[in-house]
Amino acid sequence: MSLVSAGLLLVAVAAATSLVVGVLASPLRRARVSAGLTCVVGLGGVLAGVGALGGASWSVTARNLLPLSEAVFAVDPLSGLFMTLVGGVAVATGIYSAGYPRTEEYAGGPASRTVQMALPMFAAAMVAVPAAGNVTTFLFLWELMALASLVLVLAEHRSRPEVGRAGAWYAAMTHAGLLAILLSLVMFSSATGTESFDEMGAAASAISPATRSAVFLLAFAGFGSKAGLVPLHVWLPRAHPEAPSYVSALMSAAMVNMGLYGVLRIGFVLLGGGPQWWWMVVLAIGCLSALYGVLQASAASDFKRLLAYSTTENLGLVFVGVGAAGVFAAGGDPQLAGLLMIAAILLTANHAAFKTVLFLGSGAVLRSTGLRDLDQMGGLARRMPTTAVLVGIGALGASGLPPGNGFVSEWLLLQGLIHSLSAAGAPSVAVAIAMPLAVGAVALTAGLAVATFVKAFGVGFLARPRSAEAMAATEVPPSMRVGMGVAVVACVVLALAPLAMIRPLERVLAAMPAIGEREPVHGAAELHLSAIAGSMSPLLIALGLAGGSLLVVLLLRLVGGRQPRRAALVWGCGGTRLSPRMQYTATAYAEPLTRVFDDVLRPEHDVDITHYVESRYLVESIRYRQRVSDRIENRLYPPLLAVATRWGSVARRLQNGSVHRYLAYGLVGLLVVLVVVGVTS
Amino acid sequence: MSATTWAIVAVVVQVAVVVVGAPFLVGLMRQVRARLEGRAGAGSAQPWRDLRKQLRKEPIAPEGSTIVFAAAPFVLLSSLLLITAAAPFIATTSPLDGVADLYAVVSLLLLGSVALALAGLDTGSAFGGMGSSRAVTVAALAEPTLLVAGFALSVRVGSSNLASLVEHGQRAPSTILSPATLLAAVALWIVVVAEAGRLPVDNPSTHLELTMIHEAMILEYAGRDLAVVELASAVRLAILLSLWGTLFLPWGVATTAAPGALALGVVGLVAKVSVLGAVLAAAEVFMAKWRLFRVPELLAGSFLFGVLAVSSSFFLA
Repeated sequence: MSLVSAGLLLVAVAAATSLVVGVLASPLRRARVSAGLTCVVGLGGVLAGVGALGGASWSVTARNLLPLSEAVFAVDPLSGLFMTLVGGVAVATGIYSAGYPRTEEYAGGPASRTVQMALPMFAAAMVAVPAAGNVTTFLFLWELMALASLVLVLAEHRSRPEVGRAGAWYAAMTHAGLLAILLSLVMFSSATGTESFDEMGAAASAISPATRSAVFLLAFAGFGSKAGLVPLHVWLPRAHPEAPSYVSALMSAAMVNMGLYGVLRIGFVLLGGGPQWWWMVVLAIGCLSALYGVLQASAASDFKRLLAYSTTENLGLVFVGVGAAGVFAAGGDPQLAGLLMIAAILLTANHAAFKTVLFLGSGAVLRSTGLRDLDQMGGLARRMPTTAVLVGIGALGASGLPPGNGFVSEWLLLQGLIHSLSAAGAPSVAVAIAMPLAVGAVALTAGLAVATFVKAFGVGFLARPRSAEAMAATEVPPSMRVGMGVAVVACVVLALAPLAMIRPLERVLAAMPAIGEREPVHGAAELHLSAIAGSMSPLLIALGLAGGSLLVVLLLRLVGGRQPRRAALVWGCGGTRLSPRMQYTATAYAEPLTRVFDDVLRPEHDVDITHYVESRYLVESIRYRQRVSDRIENRLYPPLLAVATRWGSVARRLQNGSVHRYLAYGLVGLLVVLVVVGVTS
Repeated sequence: MSATTWAIVAVVVQVAVVVVGAPFLVGLMRQVRARLEGRAGAGSAQPWRDLRKQLRKEPIAPEGSTIVFAAAPFVLLSSLLLITAAAPFIATTSPLDGVADLYAVVSLLLLGSVALALAGLDTGSAFGGMGSSRAVTVAALAEPTLLVAGFALSVRVGSSNLASLVEHGQRAPSTILSPATLLAAVALWIVVVAEAGRLPVDNPSTHLELTMIHEAMILEYAGRDLAVVELASAVRLAILLSLWGTLFLPWGVATTAAPGALALGVVGLVAKVSVLGAVLAAAEVFMAKWRLFRVPELLAGSFLFGVLAVSSSFFLA
């Protein structure tokens, strides 16, 4: 039995067991059983994925599993990559979820039977999506993944009404996406006359360019909505904050990657690349998503909403890489395209690792304080030291600074974009204009991401607590810390030894005809780029920073005084003792940036001044509220929703409850079908 | 001694020159300013005397602060030491050149700012948060200019490694007078001013908490911690000026690891940085600090110069 089949068997068995055990197990055991099964699914995914990345190809056909079609599973290195990522995230969240439901919550919410049965199912569906080998299997698993995640998003709908609204948005967006993917795959498969991915890929070159473009654009819209790209990102900042945090981690770190998988599978593998303008569109949408996502994240003060927008930002950067790779693959520079593709995939892996840590960390804070609002947090580093260190490492990765893991992929992406002009020989004018702008967008995104995560970590975990809840915080159970720890280990490995991840990726590139198997990055401790003269060493930078700090500390021991640090009051201008309420809050911290990007964010301010009854000249209290709403959503969606509502009310007129009328509809329908058949045949 | 040994000697000499020289640079700039304002000035060695005094004093940590506050100065200084060891300020032969290219150097500079920004928040005082918020805003908005100007410089060379950039500049001096390089020089100069916290972005000698950026962040540091932060600020200024000086005036930098060339490199570096520092200080006499919300306009302008630099390197080459 190969590694791939063993892994997938494990996934299938665990998912099936979860259905049985979920019904039978006692409420007290259920959380642990569901957590254990999710871990097994994750391990199965990692096993199968590693086997596939190792070069093993595997396929199986089950004739009678799906009605009117057959279930086909085919695994190649590209599937393996995504199975590994999903599996890794599932292992970390599985361990974490064992400790997440509190004992008093066994009545409902994250501890309910449905939710705990859906968790392993969701993970299993995600592991299986990349293994699908034909259109029907793919769509079936895709929808299974969407429905399982919808159940999980709705976990806490009894306690908070916002959850229901978030669920409705998520359901609508994911099904609109499904519709686009369905249309695209149906067009593709009817043009090629087969529904097996292998045969579709072989026959794709014979399709007319117009059909190819339609297939690609529909697929990009559908998969882009799953990846949270602007303007289809609106479900992310609703669903991620309202779902239980380990579900947010699974969705944000694993499920959004399925959008990337879809674009790579259809765009690069099946259609074999395409004209430059497709990828220019992808590049532009990527830049827009990265900038808009990071701007909203930098202004957000809800920790989980901030993380959700940061997902849009990171996936935007990934699509910048994918788009640029497509542009150069179309322009006949496969080496540079390979580098950019490696950068995009590495960024996906890094994002999966640090976003798991961050969402799980936000869940830990939520569990021990009940807070999502950064403005109320503070001082958690003293009360939850392990969580703070783990979230700190995750935030370092998310801000793209050395020695964090996000830095390596951002560096590769920038190198690829920057050398686009010199390496490509004579680039077209469009490339020469697009690439500097893309570099500017990536750089601004990187800068604002730093501001965002300094705010999130600094305001949330450092200094003094800003509320009684934060003051009373305690460390979370060991299982949750271990879950975060697993993801942090992945972050550290990716940060210090990225080549361990880059090597297997070359097999993934081999599956893409426009790029092919090359070695865009080589070296050992130092990363050297093959197409262009560039090198950097994440390992030596980390060692240098550690060594430098040690050297400075030792030198100070020699020349400086030896007194220990004395704890003292904070400087209060010589007058007052500063209360924790005088500290900067997350809103205050982001105020300069919010003001600079006023035209994009348009924050709404609310100032309430209460006067004393005795005198109108004396102020009793001032209340200041700031809300940053999503302008793209406010501009774009209300007209669409209005059309849908009007359509709904028109359709209601057709349905007045009269049986005669329904029978007449049936008759008319039948006649129309007969006439059409009679005329066309 | 072999060339490798000399190359290592060059790294050590470079780190020593920058660390020892940085406080003198700050002293020189204050002296220039004092003379132009008609004061006698405290002399160029005053920053070193201040450091000696602070080293002996007792360090203080605000109540409720964490390890972040205590560790930030060391992270800041070590990130700067790493840049100094890798950059080709006196010789392009550094064995560490492959460790950090222009973009890694930019990220390391940002890492130092972030360490201080977190420390500012960790103090739990309003001033710390204020300084931290402003510093991070300026750093975030300076980032695009830095990278786009770097883009313009590395396009022609086909590499972003600092040693290759400097060697290319020495080999083909005419490229330095090309429009692309000149525009990039202007863009980077504005960013150097912003990143080093000089006028008109930040006033390094202010004593009013409400107007400060850098000084507000480090308000709570005392004793040897403050000494490390002050030394690091001076080194940061020296690094930024040296980077600008080596990229746009690459002459004097040794390309072989020979004792004579290294000595020339040291003299060249000291001369370039002193002149740049004196010019910067002299210009500051005629300037006042800008309102914080006008700084983004300045940085947006510098970004425009960066984009123009890239496009001219493409369209005019």
